[in-house]
Amino acid sequence: MLHTEPERLTQEIRSLGERFGKDRAALIPTLQEIQRRYRGISPLAMQIVADMLDIHPVEVDSVVSFYSFLDAKPKGRYVIRLCRTISCDMQGKERVARQLENDLGITFGQTTADGNFTLEWANCLGMCDQGPALLINEKVYTRVTPEAVHGILEECRQAFGLHALQAEQEHAA
Amino acid sequence: MKAAHQGPLTFAKVQADTGLKTALNKTRAEVIAEISASGLKGRGGAGFPTGVKWNLAAAARADQKYVVCNADEGEPGTFKDRVILLEHADLVLAGMTIGGYAIGATKGILYLRGEYAYLRPHLEDALARRRQQGLLGPGITGTKGFQFDIEMRMGSGAYVCGEETALIESLEGHRGEPRNRPPFPVDTGFFRQPTIVNNVETLAWVTCILAKGAEWFKGFGTDKSAGLKLFSVSGDCARPGVYEFPLGITVTALLKEVGGEGAKAVQIGGASGHCVPASQFGRKIAFEDVSTGGSIIIFGPQRDMLAIAHNFLDFFVEESCGQCTPCRMGNVKLREGVELLEQGKCSMAYLRELCALGETMQLASKCGLGQSSPNAFLSIVSNFKDEIMGRTAAGSSVR
Repeated sequence: MLHTEPERLTQEIRSLGERFGKDRAALIPTLQEIQRRYRGISPLAMQIVADMLDIHPVEVDSVVSFYSFLDAKPKGRYVIRLCRTISCDMQGKERVARQLENDLGITFGQTTADGNFTLEWANCLGMCDQGPALLINEKVYTRVTPEAVHGILEECRQAFGLHALQAEQEHAA
Repeated sequence: MKAAHQGPLTFAKVQADTGLKTALNKTRAEVIAEISASGLKGRGGAGFPTGVKWNLAAAARADQKYVVCNADEGEPGTFKDRVILLEHADLVLAGMTIGGYAIGATKGILYLRGEYAYLRPHLEDALARRRQQGLLGPGITGTKGFQFDIEMRMGSGAYVCGEETALIESLEGHRGEPRNRPPFPVDTGFFRQPTIVNNVETLAWVTCILAKGAEWFKGFGTDKSAGLKLFSVSGDCARPGVYEFPLGITVTALLKEVGGEGAKAVQIGGASGHCVPASQFGRKIAFEDVSTGGSIIIFGPQRDMLAIAHNFLDFFVEESCGQCTPCRMGNVKLREGVELLEQGKCSMAYLRELCALGETMQLASKCGLGQSSPNAFLSIVSNFKDEIMGRTAAGSSVR
């Protein structure tokens, strides 16, 4: 049987309801899981979650917009969060930031056109004695130098087989 | 992720199970009396006496009570809770269990900040192991029907959720906006039930106090600030990392230990703390003098104090929940003021107005975030006027 996108999403979110429960306290764990799977929480997903928890979709939207790790707009496969707080600042985060922008060809707050990388600032990552620090998805990198940036990005590309993905797309084109 | 501490921690020498067993062999009232006698105060920064908090929650009548471990360590310059969770998770989990026993709760929630998601598998393993050992779950070994279990919940990148009522709002599925207090969580907490919210380090000390006794703990520190404390040290020093010192240590003594002699100022207590200039390095780090949750950021002679104030205000502008006006608007105005100072375009009259605004924010903001957000700005203005006034070009001092 052919499932339309909304039907599939509804089913998936309902199964999250089985896992996390259907009361208001389940809202954030549910949204965190949707964010992890889809890299963002679409208006449709918000509506389905609202229906399931019996709350107004604006309530869901207000929660999504409040937390910096929840996004209405989908993020890249790899979200890079560079710490900008004072200790990392004093250890040279500005130069790491410039190099990230140079190597990715985007500025902070943007996602690369291929949807692979999003570049963001983070507030204190708790790595103050080993800065500059950055977080890529859930992995932390410490004592990052401008020179190390390229290798870190390559590590991401290889871990996800992004090179293969790219070759495939080029081949298809 | 790598452990980075300097010198041995007491936590490494205490068996979590010894503390838990000692607690479970006492009555609930005796456990709370032991904690009260130790003089333990909240290690997250606010310094509320733990025994008093537990007593209030224990006295509250309710069907369900909760123990929440606040692992939303977001204060700039703080990372000791990460190290504790990584290396001494059992002390923390045992401390939560002791808290559950003491106040009569069956459920604990560990609220871990989203930025520390990489610690989650490690903590889930620790929870599973404790369940297997009968230290968590239905019917904890060696007790008559005491049951307690711990669930993990993740934060989603909001500093304000470190404030206990904002954390509870977040657990309930809302925006992390602090509540009015009173009522306090000890009577109206998670789902309006009595709830104790304690910092990671506080809970680890609870286990140590039960294992080694209140008198042992009181043997360290000062009259008003008992015990040992973990410090997260970063900035311009030879040996940054996590340290353990008794409360009451002077700034000078601390700087000597970490190789930070020659500093021109030290930020104590993170972005919401105070900037202590070299002339005041004789002051004590304790609740009665300069209070801290453990964040120590050292500024060497080359640092631009105005840039530091700017960085902290960027932080607060971003992290204010926006609920109350003094914090939401005040931090934006203070940051604009810092920008004027950077351009050398701020009159003394306007600077005085900004300081008055800062004092208003301290008085009129709803929660601790807003109340403490102007602290760094105000202490930098009052201690470094000669450095910040009359600048000739952005970022460079006229000195």
